[in-house]
Amino acid sequence: MNASELVERDVIERVLASALSRGGEFAEVFVEDRRTSSASLDQRRVEELSSGRDRGAGVRVVVGETTGFAHTADLSEQGLLAAAHAAATVARSGSGRTVTIALGDHVGYASNAQQPLGSVDKARKIEVLLRADDIARSTGGEITQVMVGLGESSRRILVANSDGVFRSDHQVRTRFNVQCVALGDTGMQTGYRPVAATRGFEILTDDAIAEAATGAAQQAITKLAARPAPSGDLPVVLAGGSGGILFHEACGHGLEADAILKEASVYAGKAGQKVASDLVTLVDDGTVEGEWGYLAMDDEGRAAGRNVLIENGVLTDYMWDFLSARRQGRSSSGNGRRQSYQHLPMVRMTNTYLLEGPDTPEDIIAQTPRGVYVAQLGGGQVNTATGDFVFGMTEAYLIEGGVITTPLRECNLIGNGPEVLQRVDAVASDFSMTPGTCGKDGQQVPVGTGQATMRLSSVTIGGTAA
Amino acid sequence: MSELLAIAESIVERAVGNEHLEVYVSSGIDTEVQAYQGEVEKLTTATSAGIGIRVLVDSPHGARVGTAWAGSLDGEAIDEALREARDNVAFATEDEFIGFATPDGVPAAALTLVDEGVTTTSLDDKIALAIDLEKMVRGADTRIRQVDSANYSDYVAQAAIASTLGIRATYERSGAYVSVEAIATDSSGDQTGWGLSAGRAPHELNIDKAAADAVRRATRMLGAIKPASMRGVAVFDPRTTATLLAIIGGALSGSAVVRGRSFFADRIGEHVAVDDFSLLDDPTDPRHFSASIFDGEGLACRRNVLIDHGRLQGFVYDTESARRAGTSSTGSAARGGIAGSPSASCRALQLAPGARNQAEILAEVGDGVFVESLTGVHSGVNPISGDFSVGITGLMIRDGQLAEPIREVTVASTLQRMLLDVTHVGNDVEWLPGVAAGQTLAVGDIALSGS
Repeated sequence: MNASELVERDVIERVLASALSRGGEFAEVFVEDRRTSSASLDQRRVEELSSGRDRGAGVRVVVGETTGFAHTADLSEQGLLAAAHAAATVARSGSGRTVTIALGDHVGYASNAQQPLGSVDKARKIEVLLRADDIARSTGGEITQVMVGLGESSRRILVANSDGVFRSDHQVRTRFNVQCVALGDTGMQTGYRPVAATRGFEILTDDAIAEAATGAAQQAITKLAARPAPSGDLPVVLAGGSGGILFHEACGHGLEADAILKEASVYAGKAGQKVASDLVTLVDDGTVEGEWGYLAMDDEGRAAGRNVLIENGVLTDYMWDFLSARRQGRSSSGNGRRQSYQHLPMVRMTNTYLLEGPDTPEDIIAQTPRGVYVAQLGGGQVNTATGDFVFGMTEAYLIEGGVITTPLRECNLIGNGPEVLQRVDAVASDFSMTPGTCGKDGQQVPVGTGQATMRLSSVTIGGTAA
Repeated sequence: MSELLAIAESIVERAVGNEHLEVYVSSGIDTEVQAYQGEVEKLTTATSAGIGIRVLVDSPHGARVGTAWAGSLDGEAIDEALREARDNVAFATEDEFIGFATPDGVPAAALTLVDEGVTTTSLDDKIALAIDLEKMVRGADTRIRQVDSANYSDYVAQAAIASTLGIRATYERSGAYVSVEAIATDSSGDQTGWGLSAGRAPHELNIDKAAADAVRRATRMLGAIKPASMRGVAVFDPRTTATLLAIIGGALSGSAVVRGRSFFADRIGEHVAVDDFSLLDDPTDPRHFSASIFDGEGLACRRNVLIDHGRLQGFVYDTESARRAGTSSTGSAARGGIAGSPSASCRALQLAPGARNQAEILAEVGDGVFVESLTGVHSGVNPISGDFSVGITGLMIRDGQLAEPIREVTVASTLQRMLLDVTHVGNDVEWLPGVAAGQTLAVGDIALSGS
């Protein structure tokens, strides 16, 4: 089924017209039909295969600075009209005016997935789970538990609005992860590796599976020898790929226009100013095909863009969705995203990454007399108003005398965005990206983060050792 | 509500051959209002419904389960879900412990968890709550420079569960919330604070308290500094204690324990905490906003003692984890909505109140750090290894009094150590949304990482 066939054009036109009949200035219908499939292997047991289907529409009506929103799982004209009516309650002044909406030509994007959800035999998926388990266990006798998960989604979306936009997309994503538990004298430690892309099952090549399984197992085993992380300020070297989350938290959220317009970000009013070290050129780019945060168009029908946020340390622009851009009389940057038809779109990141620098990873480590080397970061969190953020290190080592030495137990690092951006003092050229899930106001969306090996001259390590 | 049960039963009746069916049907009505600068910024009204189906087929050495879900109750969606769930069965591993709940005779608590006020209160009145809340915060203190968001939300949710093993359960719950985030400013820069109030209906909400909390928390953080690293007592306020209890509750889940993924595994009967620490999970206590009559498998919720005077007494189980552990379900199955299969989870945790209020605890502690908010809980706490490291904001405690505000600092220990290092449990129980009530809790020997 083509996404544009989710609801007929003339039905959408009538629903949009009805949504504006009480006086709204802008109306939008977002239709989604999402199928998901998940499989999990735990201790060599296939615990369950689960299939899901979610289908419905969200209608929003904008009047001045007010947005009315309603959603429904009923895609009949009657169901959509009821949602339009509910969304239009915010337009109180209007009284039964007649509006005509004529949608423009339909623009449809397609997925490039070779093996989208539904095309691969379920037995083949089980084979992949078991293979990962085998590989992880063969990595070392310390591995006592292996969990493998596979999630696939196929999301068809349709966006139509009173400006005539009429666009659809088909987004296929596949996520695979291996988690291991190793047991040693000091207790249990865990290892984790994800593989995820905006592609189909074809991403799970033998090499990708082996790398994830070995990586997760090796990480858990290595951490058995971990000693408590230091407490206090030290230089921190972030391995390529792992540190993108730093920028996601330290400034990404603070560069989202909704926070800027409410002056709830430390970066409000700083466009054109130096906010980071010269080494920092940060880009949010929804166009990197296949990456976890890739989009052909965002959830407002705007083509994804490559947006330079910080260039050589100078803040160049923020990220914008339809509403925040409308308030400023400019165009959206293609960053309007939503978790599902049940959610309003917001300004969200896509793939956020730091451009490469002149150094090599080896030199950066060698030139760090004492510090922490972070091989993998977990999640993070930021208060955009103060700029204070944390992020977890799930695999880290001490650097002593310019050499990576002892593994460290897990802990959070804490810093202040504007301060930490100034402390980027080395960036290498071994760029890579990591998939993640970003939460904001209760909505989860897939994002990518990326960077090459880099160093921060000082960050507070939240460990327990003196 | 009986309508949902009728749908569930009609699907259960479609079971064929040796298969068993378990059907979970839910529906909800939600309202959300966000106010900004005296106007409605966002208004959402929505109804939703969905279904989760599990199919179980007995096999020579156990059984296999397949699942599917749909975000709608139309016939086509239900047919597809049933078909998919059946198709998924064959790919599961045969498991002697897997099984659906069977009625266990435990009577359901007589709880009224719906307040009609949610549906009888007009939309205008709900909008007024959010707008008044914002106005109240803006007007409370000249240092409040912005209210990032002032929100009102409510819901009425209903669910029914039926199975071929005789499970028949229906329940409904309502809730109403306000929350607000304030940004305060002075020459030292911006600080934030948030306040909330929860109830089962709008009339139970205390917007004055929510506003005052947000203002007090934001303004008293002004001028916050990054303190020097130290080791000492951390006093957690009720909200942050509730977060700690939820983490500990996660490690008390039978589903984690039977898989060896909890630092509590194999420690029943041991002293895992100080004598003053008694932890209870009691969804039948209606003071919990998360109180419930039935669990996610349709068994009656019940009171479960988990830690009694420091001794690890038991875990919470759903049917599958209980069978694996050789015991019975404690009525603690939880499902993450229609898409989630049941797993054991604490739902309504409460720490037995101690003898002192917060001021008395601060006086006895003398010097330490008062923790008012936690960040990075999902990235800095490992419930398997027990490693604990989180970012905090709060205030120093000096001479038994709250002193200067602090930020950009972490507190760290291990969960195992913290339970044994508890020095005071407060008597100031605060009922909060989420799986745990909160109260003041003092924990000794915490590492504070600052400058």
